[in-house]
Amino acid sequence: MIPAAFDYKRASSAEEAISLIAQAGDEAKFLAGGHSLLPLMKLRLAAPSLLIDIGRISDLSYVRESGDHVAIGALTRHTEVENSPVLLQHVPLLAHAAGHVGDPAVRHRGTIGGSIAHADAASDLPATTLALGATYVVQGPNGRRNIAATDFYTGFLENAMDADEMLVEIQVPKMNGAGWSFQKFNRRAQDWAIVGVAAWRRGTDSGVALVNMGSTPILASSVASAIKSGASVADAAQQAVAEADPQGDLNASVEYRTHLAKVLVRRALEESTK
Amino acid sequence: MMHGLRKWGMMTSVISEISALVGHVLSGGYTVQITVNVNGTAQTSDVEPRQLLVHYVRETLGLTGTNVGCDTSSCGACTLHVNGQSTKSCTMLAVQADGQSVTTIEGIAKGDELHPMQKAFMENHGLQCGYCTPGMVMAAIGILDENPKPTEDEVRVALEGNLCRCTGYHNIVKSILACANG
Ligand SMILES: Cc1cc2nc3c(=O)[nH]c(=O)nc-3n(C[C@H](O)[C@H](O)[C@H](O)COP(=O)(O)OP(=O)(O)OC[C@H]3O[C@@H](n4cnc5c(N)ncnc54)[C@H](O)[C@@H]3O)c2cc1C
Ligand code: FES
Ligand code: FES
Repeated sequence: MIPAAFDYKRASSAEEAISLIAQAGDEAKFLAGGHSLLPLMKLRLAAPSLLIDIGRISDLSYVRESGDHVAIGALTRHTEVENSPVLLQHVPLLAHAAGHVGDPAVRHRGTIGGSIAHADAASDLPATTLALGATYVVQGPNGRRNIAATDFYTGFLENAMDADEMLVEIQVPKMNGAGWSFQKFNRRAQDWAIVGVAAWRRGTDSGVALVNMGSTPILASSVASAIKSGASVADAAQQAVAEADPQGDLNASVEYRTHLAKVLVRRALEESTK
Repeated sequence: MMHGLRKWGMMTSVISEISALVGHVLSGGYTVQITVNVNGTAQTSDVEPRQLLVHYVRETLGLTGTNVGCDTSSCGACTLHVNGQSTKSCTMLAVQADGQSVTTIEGIAKGDELHPMQKAFMENHGLQCGYCTPGMVMAAIGILDENPKPTEDEVRVALEGNLCRCTGYHNIVKSILACANG
């Protein structure tokens, strides 16, 4: 399968990429690791007329400690997130989740920024950063602005960025020793989750988000509220789907997804409670 | 994800086919020059931006050891190394490899002397039909580069992106462990 023809430009900085996309308009797309975009282009579900390759912007590939959070450059590849000593120490949930994206070859190419910008409800890192209360830093022609993860996912494969904006950094609060769990239920190795859960807990504070339980990644706020008010793990898990809107597909019916989400949230909370 | 994509696909397929056609007429033949270090030799070629890396090595360079299986980044038959890291070459553009180094299955033996991983596959019956084998060997070399003494479980998990329809994997895993301990 060969994508439709397109023009190709390689940007060497965020500024260059943004000015290229501003000139080209909405027929252009950024190319990061290409592991979501190229499959869509091969299936001709996407046919941009220009690809702006941002994959070589090396100064946007980093993991840095910064006060109460860890800052991750948007072009950081999954394999670097997975193995980052800073993340393993301060945000182990994210490092662990990155290690469950696809397979090693996928993790060598795919980037955290590409995964979040793609905004696929079935992907692991959008939900994980949502559970962790991350902030995304986006840059446009007029400079940078912050978008809270809770405001970012606006619809199926849609996000709150303008067409001439680029995601440049992901800021994730340090977990400060909180308990955590990542539950990914799939039938085939390497596959996306049928349902997934990312969770952390410290005392009565917690964050829980669901993978593949709606058209966007879902923050399960009702579960966190239940934990806050002292509910047991089993009772809190009953709230798992309060914010969700699961769809049925070849892998799972709505009923099955609903059941699975409650079971996985319970397991995730049990594992996070220490 | 696929249910949504399919809905989206129906809406956009007509548009994308038209724009594909227009794009082809407008930019048909549009090429860019790339230089890639392939198996230690710098290769300069003019390629269409949409050419996939796997077609570049197979068709432009004639290195047909790298196979195409699924063509959807699921099976690993097309695995080669880009800058030393295992990569599915059906999901990367040749232009993305410009200025990088690529190693294919043809590039790992030293003359007549097989790479230790190739030897291990031969000695442990790590292949039957051989279709998955170039990708398996390249993935396997990548696994040991990142984890030189893996457990059997670690090998099985790390191989999750490479499918084999013949062997049932046991002898592939055995080959990789033999190479690690050899
Ligand atoms: C076989 C296979 C299995 C996979 N399995 C999983 C899995 O189990 N779990 C999972 O979570 N993911 C999975 N993925 C997806 C993978 O994580 C992708 O790497 C990721 O979703 C996209 O990152 P990318 O860098 O490849 O982005 P690209 O494909 O390059 O881009 C994706 C989209 O985001 C836009 N974009 C990219 N970067 C930016 C930026 N910095 N600013 C603004 N827009 C940007 C692009 O224009 C494009 O629209 C899998 C992929 C494959 C091929
Ligand atoms: S052909 Fe590339 S992964 Fe199957
Ligand atoms: S040996 Fe035949 S597919 Fe693996």
